[in-house]
Amino acid sequence: MSEAAITESGDVLPGGMKGVVTDYSADKQSFHVPWGKAMMWIFLLSDTFIFSCFLIGYMTVRLSTTDPWPIPSEVFALSFGGDPIPLILIAIMTFILITSSGTMAMAVNMGYRKNRKATFWLMLATALLGASFVGMQAFEWTKLIVEEGVRPWSNPMGAAQFGSSFFMITGFHGLHVSAGVIYLLVIAFRVKNGFYEKRGGNYEIVEIAGLYWHFVDLVWVFIFAFFYLW
Amino acid sequence: MASEEGQQHPLGIYFWIWGLLFVVSFFSYMVDYIGFQGYLRWTLIIVFMFIKAGFIVAIFMHMLWERRALKLAILVPPVAICVFIVLMALEGDNTFLTRIEFFGESNFVAEPVHH
Repeated sequence: MSEAAITESGDVLPGGMKGVVTDYSADKQSFHVPWGKAMMWIFLLSDTFIFSCFLIGYMTVRLSTTDPWPIPSEVFALSFGGDPIPLILIAIMTFILITSSGTMAMAVNMGYRKNRKATFWLMLATALLGASFVGMQAFEWTKLIVEEGVRPWSNPMGAAQFGSSFFMITGFHGLHVSAGVIYLLVIAFRVKNGFYEKRGGNYEIVEIAGLYWHFVDLVWVFIFAFFYLW
Repeated sequence: MASEEGQQHPLGIYFWIWGLLFVVSFFSYMVDYIGFQGYLRWTLIIVFMFIKAGFIVAIFMHMLWERRALKLAILVPPVAICVFIVLMALEGDNTFLTRIEFFGESNFVAEPVHH
């Protein structure tokens, strides 16, 4: 029933939708951080489980296949005229993502110092580095599909599960980076336009966006280790 | 240590961690470049991975300075993933042995990679 009620201590609780709001907001605050930050952490926790499921699925198919697993060091090698250099593009992508994590950390710091200009430029740099990461990933996918004939169901180099694991894991990560680029751009331009000045000049939002971005970098650390290096 | 002011720390610490992440990433790339194999390779990959992940979460994501209630709420649930890994490793191994038993060894002939 959604009628008004009286608690044991004698407080009158409203009914209807107002009651729903009262009930959900009545609990004592557990995390002494802004709610947006607590929610971002909980979202990232759920995302951790999603990526873990993908990587565990990858582990399981790699363990259980009797066909040889394609050697990532050779598959992802790139030649600049001379001998192919192992994993070179992946290494560059890794360094780009770390660089973007650094600029993001700086942006958060500048946000708390209320230096809007520096925050904007640093977030813009982060977004551009993220976009270049996605661009390199698109190049890598194209090379794998067109030149090396990797498909989600087969590939000439070894176990068929290689393609499906690769496209699933890096695709989902790339989607996260793309979403992150859009998210960062929105926040960056709001910082620049003084959107948060009208809301009391609170730049906590930059840190929340930063959490998401660092998480994307974090996931890449695991993908790099387990998919490319293993 | 977290307060209403938010997470404000000296810039120096970010530069240090940034540099460290570069160095450790370089080391993990070297594992492949030099071509270590077997348990040495896997150990190095895991060690470098956890060093990088730890610094990103602790410093860049400010987990080090958060209150313990938040630390526990976020860092304890992933422990369940370890159980999942063990279960699926056993399962994968079992499937592999079953396939060898009933289908025999693979006769897949790998083609060289084109560059």
